[in-house]
Parts: sequence; C-alpha cells; structure tokens
Amino acid sequence: MAEAPSPAATPGAAPVISVRGLVNRFGSQLVHDGLDLDVMEGEILGVVGGSGSGKSVLMRSIIGLQTPVAGHITVFGEEMTDPSRDLLAVSRRWGVLFQAGALFSGLTVAENVQVPLREHLALSETLMDEIAAYKIAMVGLPGEAGAKYPAQLSGGMRKRAALARALAMDPALLFLDEPTAGLDPPGAAAFDELIATLRDTMRLTIFLITHDLDTLMRICDRVAVIAEKRVLATGTVAELTRLDHPWIRDYFLGPRGRAAAGARLAHAGARGS
Amino acid sequence: MATQQADAGDGTRSEPRRVVLAGALTIDRAAGLERLLAEEPEGALEIDLAAVTRLDTVGAWLVHRALRDRPGSRVTGASADARRLLAEVAEADQPCSIRPDTRPAWLRELEKAGAAVIAAASTMGAGLGFVGTVLLVTVRTAVSKRGIRWHAVSRQMEETGIDALGIVGLMSFLIGIVIAQQGAVQLEQFGAQIYTINLIGRATFRELGILLTAIMVAGRSASAFAAQIGTMKLNEEVDAMRTIGLDPVEVLVVPRVVALTVIMPLIGFYASILAIIGGGLLCWTVLDIPPASYVQRIREVVPMSDFWIGMAKAPFFGAVIAMTGCFQGMQVVGTAESVGQRTTMAVVQSIFLVIVLDAFFAVFFTAIGFV
Ligand SMILES: Nc1ncnc2c1ncn2[C@@H]1O[C@H](COP(=O)(O)OP(=O)(O)OP(=O)(O)O)[C@@H](O)[C@H]1O
Ligand SMILES: [Mg+2]
Repeated sequence: MAEAPSPAATPGAAPVISVRGLVNRFGSQLVHDGLDLDVMEGEILGVVGGSGSGKSVLMRSIIGLQTPVAGHITVFGEEMTDPSRDLLAVSRRWGVLFQAGALFSGLTVAENVQVPLREHLALSETLMDEIAAYKIAMVGLPGEAGAKYPAQLSGGMRKRAALARALAMDPALLFLDEPTAGLDPPGAAAFDELIATLRDTMRLTIFLITHDLDTLMRICDRVAVIAEKRVLATGTVAELTRLDHPWIRDYFLGPRGRAAAGARLAHAGARGS
Repeated sequence: MATQQADAGDGTRSEPRRVVLAGALTIDRAAGLERLLAEEPEGALEIDLAAVTRLDTVGAWLVHRALRDRPGSRVTGASADARRLLAEVAEADQPCSIRPDTRPAWLRELEKAGAAVIAAASTMGAGLGFVGTVLLVTVRTAVSKRGIRWHAVSRQMEETGIDALGIVGLMSFLIGIVIAQQGAVQLEQFGAQIYTINLIGRATFRELGILLTAIMVAGRSASAFAAQIGTMKLNEEVDAMRTIGLDPVEVLVVPRVVALTVIMPLIGFYASILAIIGGGLLCWTVLDIPPASYVQRIREVVPMSDFWIGMAKAPFFGAVIAMTGCFQGMQVVGTAESVGQRTTMAVVQSIFLVIVLDAFFAVFFTAIGFV
C-alpha cells in the first residue's frame, strides 16, 4: 500500500476544503470508505481515478448535493454535513462546472452566465452584459454564442459556456468536473492556461477532476489519486510516479502517461534552450 | 474602498485626472466602483492601483473599461498580477451578442403569431402523417417475423391500465352515485323514481363510463407517453435507436398504441360496472330498492346494443390517446421546457379529440339506427 506524501502546498496555508472519514453508499455499493482529503488555499488539486471510482460523487458530497453516510466535510470552515449550514453564503464563493455542463436549457448562454450575478448582486444591466461578454470571450467562445441556447451549441462549446457560468461570480473556489473532456487539444491547452492564470492572479483554489494527463502535468500543484474507495495518495505528479502501486504506475507510466510526460519534457527543453 | 483626488494643483486640461483606488476591487464592490468611475468628468484618467489589495476579473474589467472609453488614460502602481489580469480581460473584450433577438417587440409578436399559424398547420399535417406511419408500422410489425413486442405491450398495459384501476374505479363509483342522486331528485317530481335505474344503466354503459375513463386515461397516460418519449428525444436516445437500426416508432410507439387500444375497453367496462354499483348503492340506501331488483331491472332496461356501442368506441379512444401522447413526445426538440409544453399539449389535445370522436360516434350510431 502506498504512503500518502505530505501536501506540497504553501506552508501555513489553511485547507479550504477538508474531508474526513467520508463514507458514501448507494444501496449495497460502497463508493467511499473513510476518505480523507485536504485542498489548500490557492492550489490546483487534480483528482484522478478510474471511471466509476467516485470522483463525481466526492465532488457532489463536498458541495452538499449528496448527503454522506458518515464523515465530516468543511468548506471555508463551514460544516457541509450539518443540515443547518449556510449553503447560500458558501455558494456565493464557489463556482461549479458539472461533468455534463448542466446549463439551464431555457436560457441563452449569456443569460446562463448572468444567473448567479442577478441572484446575488445588484449590478447595472450594462455591466452585467459586459461581464457576460468578457467571460464568454475568456473561455474561448465566439461572440455569437452569447445569444444562443444550449441546445444550439456543440458539446465542447457547452462545456465552455458552463465554465463561463462557473466563473461568473469570480469565485474563490472552483470545482471542475472534467473541464477539458471533449475539447480540441488547442482548446484544452488554452483552457489550462486560463485556469492557471486565474489561480495565479486571484489566488483561486481549484478542485479539478480530470482524465487529461496533460492538464495534470501542466497546471496541477498536487494530484489526489482515488482508488479502493479512498484517496490512495496525494502529491505532485513526479512524487506519484515514484510510488510503487500498480494502478498508479499504469496511470502515469502507461503509454499515454509517458507520451504526455515526454511532451512536457520536450516543451521544457525547448523553452530552456 | 476608493478615494479620488482632485488634479494635482496645476489644473491643465492635458494632464489626466488622478483616481486612487484602494482596498479590494472585487465583484462585491462592482456596483459602487462602476458608479464612481462613471461620475468622473469626461477626459483621461490616471488610475492608481498601488493601494489595491485584491483584484478580480470584474474589478479589472471596470478599470479596463475606463481605460478603453477614455483615450489617453493609464494605470499606475499596478502589481504584476494586476497587469496580467488587465491584459486577460482586455484580450477578452470582444463583441458578443447577448440577446437572441434585438428587433422591436411588435415585430417579434407579429412573427410569433405567424409562426404559430404555420406551426399549427404543419403539426396537423405531421400528425396525420404520424397516424399513417403508426398504422403502417403496426401492420408491418404484426406480420414480420419478429412480431409485435408483446413484452413491452404488457408492461404498458400494466402501467396504463392495471395501475389506473384504483383511481378510475373510485371516480366511476362516485359518478354512479351522483347520477343516481340527481336522477332520483328530478324524477321524483314526476313520481317516476324507478326510472333512475334506466338513467344509470343507459348513461354509464353507452356514454359516461367509457368517456370519463378515456378522459382519466388521457390525463394519466398521454402525459406520461409525451414526457417519456420527449425526455428520450432530449437525451438523444431516439437518435441512438435509429443508429442501432431500431425503428423508434416500432419500439416506442407501437407497443403503447397497442396496449391502450386493448386495455381501454377493459377498463371502460370495469368503470361502467363500478358506476352501476355506485348507483345501486344509492338506490338501495335512499330509494329502498333492494340490490336484487336493481340488477333485475338493469338487465331489463339496458339493451345489449348500449354495451356493444360503448365497447366499440373504447379501442378508438385508446388509440387516439396513445397516438397523441406519442406524437407530442416525438415533437420535442431542444429544451426541457419543450417537454413540458408538449406534455401539456398531449393531455389537452387527447381529451379534445376523445370528445370530438365521441360526438361523432353518437351521431353515427343514431344514424345507423342504434338508439
Ligand atoms: N445516483 C446514483 N445512484 C446509484 N449509484 C450511483 C449514483 N451516482 C453514482 N453512483 C455510482 O457511484 C460510483 C461512482 O460514480 P462517479 O460518478 O463518482 O464516478 P466517477 O469517478 O466520476 O467516474 P467518471 O470518471 O466516469 O466520471 C459509480 O459506480 C456509480 O455507479
Ligand atoms: Mg464523473
């Protein structure tokens, strides 16, 4: 069994999210069994794991959509498993990108982006439109997309629109469930860069579920591996590849992992020369 | 959070006005910051960001907007992060259409009315085409090697028929009581209370038993069909079926139509019987007609033709309800809202069509001599 390396985040930083002893169960299927996880302020934590290992369920538990069987979850110091928690106040400070986008189908993309703004703030109509416009441009959507309905967008465009909505409130904490799945490679790279810029300039904390090895290697400060119903290990990609666990070795040192790492090295080499 | 300073003394027009922003320039303060920058008089600004502790994209956007709209403006004292964020929003400052339609309201309303007329006409055409398709596919399926999907049919019969027995039975029972009660009160004035039984027997078997059942089934099952098929269309399940080589009409529509066509006469008959029982109960308790003579009298006064007319109408009602529900489900496009609209339409149209059909049958059977 692999040892979990100590968090590599900035020393002294408080965890924004802390999960202790999480147990989730659907009928007889145990999804999480005593899962522990900390996400530090200002870091991008990549979450990886096989399909069906419970990454999305973990995210849903943290944001309070799934009531766990046991365990404690705090977000910004608020106990999420406590039924009397102030969900509204916390939800102002986070943005969530669901795996399937979850855009409101009756609203245009621009209106979708404006939903949280209208709900939480009293801004002028002009400013609201401008915010929607620049967020839409930021996530790499063309200008015409703003007036379109989700059903009129392609799968990748829907992902971007959903990210624009997640970013609408300039949240301090961002949950992203497979943001780059279904994007073209240059688009995915631009996405990574955008996320890294936001983290660097606004000290954003990001909980990022991904299967994209490039994303993991380029922008994640730490990676948490979910397997065997818990967090098997956390650490930088380099630290994880040194661990001696068959699944982790397969994941990072399989053909795709090596290709991504090779590209990364070549990239760094080209920059260094 | 922000303080403004008057021009640094000399007051020359070419010198930009200095605005010092301080504290957190974040979305929570966006409204105030926007007002503050708007209140600055025309002309270039020198925006000092040295005392800004936190900046997010909305704050950066407002600063960027001031720089863009006031030529000659500049920022001073911005940290590296702030400059990066400003560059990021400047790059994202691109034309974007926000509203789907910017034409005047009257023109849009006019267009909506026109579109509604065209949609109504084409829906009617499509509906007729759908009925034809369903009939064709049903026949084709019935004679094909695979045959009708009886498993699906029996599941639909359970959901639309067996599961409805409780509510349909209760409704019919109460309707029977109401007819008996009202009939007794009116007929008493002529001393013809005994004819209450004629009223109950003939009204329920020929008309009300079947019609009310059809309306109840339309409310229950037409809506269910439209919502089930509509949701499947939204999830592209219907498209997936086509790519696998399954005909959605054969898989989704035919079993539902067959099931309702077969089950309608059965629940219609059951409903009629319960209405008779309800009426009989009232006759027994209020009019003191014992059950044995009630049944005896029902057998005397209700001609067999009433029963057959009721049973003959029922399958048509079932088919119309099922086809309307499935047709509306197949019309769903795009959004969850559309599922709601189509479900409503399925119920309204199927009830309407059932009543139209019933009126047609009433005239038809009278014309051919079944009075
Ligand atoms: N609502 C639910 N009811 C029953 N089981 C569920 C439910 N949601 C998730 N599960 C089960 O929990 C397990 C974990 O699901 P989850 O969606 O978290 O997987 P994941 O790690 O996000 O996978 P992927 O990478 O494919 O998105 C799966 O086995 C799934 O079948
Ligand atoms: Mg998932």
